[in-house]
Amino acid sequence: MIDLLFGPFALEFMQRALVTALVVGALCSTIGTYVVLRKLSFIGDGIAHASFAGIVVAYLRGLDYYVGAGVVAVLTALGIGYVTRRGRVALDTAIGVLFTGAFALGVFLMSKQGHYNVDLEGFLFGNILAVSRNDLVLIVTLAVVVVAALALLYRALLFTSFDPVVAEAAGINAAFVDYALLVLLALTIIISLESVGIVLVAALLVTPAATAYQLTQSFNRMLALSACIGTACSVVGLYLSYYLNAASGATIVLLVTVAFFVAMGASRLRRA
Amino acid sequence: MTGEAVRLRGVHVCYGRVVALDGIDLVLDRGSALGIVGPNGSGKSTLLKTVAGLVKPERGTVTVFGCPPKSLRPGTIAYVPQVEAVDWSFPANVEDVVAMGRFPRLRVLSLFGKHDRAAVDHAIEALRLGDLRKRHISELSGGQQQRAFVARAIAQEPELLLLDEPTTGVDAATEEALRELVRGLVAGGLPVMMTTHDLDRAAEWFDRLVVVDRRVLADGEPARVLASGAYAGIREHAHTHGHRRDPLAHEALQ
Repeated sequence: MIDLLFGPFALEFMQRALVTALVVGALCSTIGTYVVLRKLSFIGDGIAHASFAGIVVAYLRGLDYYVGAGVVAVLTALGIGYVTRRGRVALDTAIGVLFTGAFALGVFLMSKQGHYNVDLEGFLFGNILAVSRNDLVLIVTLAVVVVAALALLYRALLFTSFDPVVAEAAGINAAFVDYALLVLLALTIIISLESVGIVLVAALLVTPAATAYQLTQSFNRMLALSACIGTACSVVGLYLSYYLNAASGATIVLLVTVAFFVAMGASRLRRA
Repeated sequence: MTGEAVRLRGVHVCYGRVVALDGIDLVLDRGSALGIVGPNGSGKSTLLKTVAGLVKPERGTVTVFGCPPKSLRPGTIAYVPQVEAVDWSFPANVEDVVAMGRFPRLRVLSLFGKHDRAAVDHAIEALRLGDLRKRHISELSGGQQQRAFVARAIAQEPELLLLDEPTTGVDAATEEALRELVRGLVAGGLPVMMTTHDLDRAAEWFDRLVVVDRRVLADGEPARVLASGAYAGIREHAHTHGHRRDPLAHEALQ
């Protein structure tokens, strides 16, 4: 039993993968509470896809992937904020147009290159086993920054998520809070790309919080429950993927999906 | 406490090509309750939103305690909209909603302290929500929801209170309790601006009444304004043109 638990982590890359899974799982599911309550899940998906163009450009220019993806993701997030506040185009339309466009640009540039010796597929579907020591330092640092910012903004985020108009009348800068949340969301997505990948990161942002939403009617409990579900599923998913020899990102996402349906069933039973 | 709380000078507000307010001049003193009446679509709600800093006037100036509304210390203005456009499935009960009223008052990282809890309890008590404090917002009636949002505004301990038709859809007992509460706050120096359709109670609610139909048509003591027929004039006008389905318009002709 002990061997079953600790066996995999004799390997250093598995230790790094475990820490990454813990951090990414906790962070995505925490900020995910706001994503679900503010109905931003499509935005999260959009930012993730757009960042692919940044990854490819960074690769072609020999830059760090995190820098390329980070710049594109943050600019995209700010652009979304601007369109939401000022735009006359429906937001989901703008996202649908811009981010598929940016993603296509990434694919286009990659295909022009012909050959590539970098694991771009890893960014699409995630490869948590490839997280290097430097990556891990960056992931943990950014996660601490995001969590600290979320804590500082807790009350403003809660009030503006529930009732932005009244919050603004009371003197809370709703625009600043909106932009800040989008930038924090972009940073969260960036540090999650290596472990769950562009295609699947939206699931880790949405599903744990949506699962918690089924189980409680209190905001603080939803926040805590979401973080627990996200973290637990990430760690258990990593184990499962190791023993089943399957892709870790996909295993984690499948696990939170199962958790969601179990919670939905439980909440139906309770109400019946 | 006396002095000027709100001043609007030549305020014009447009929504696209629709003129909502067309040159409003208005002053509200501290410790005074101002009632705003007018037909549907007359710009009453827009007037409150403009004072709250939610709507920017095209022309003219709005000052609250001598400053533009946006530059006030957080928590100064409490605004209760006519229709709350919130997501009713949001994970919050009555107490959670009322506690949000304290948020603008609290510094970042400061704890929700004794005084904050007392303010929340007082507001819940004042709006007679004690039995409902742990109830989820989706399980409240329309009138109870309205009371919860008024309680949130009271818990904020604002320096200016803006109420958009808070008596619509509440029963007589609640209306009276709310009126006593507001009159008590006004007596303590709080300036209040409130829109209403209830002309019968205007004299009990307000120190001053203005009739608004994109402009200020009458401004003065409630009894005098009502006697002047300024409001009846609009009602008849609205009725003859038949483009406003205001129940009061029918009443006026019967």
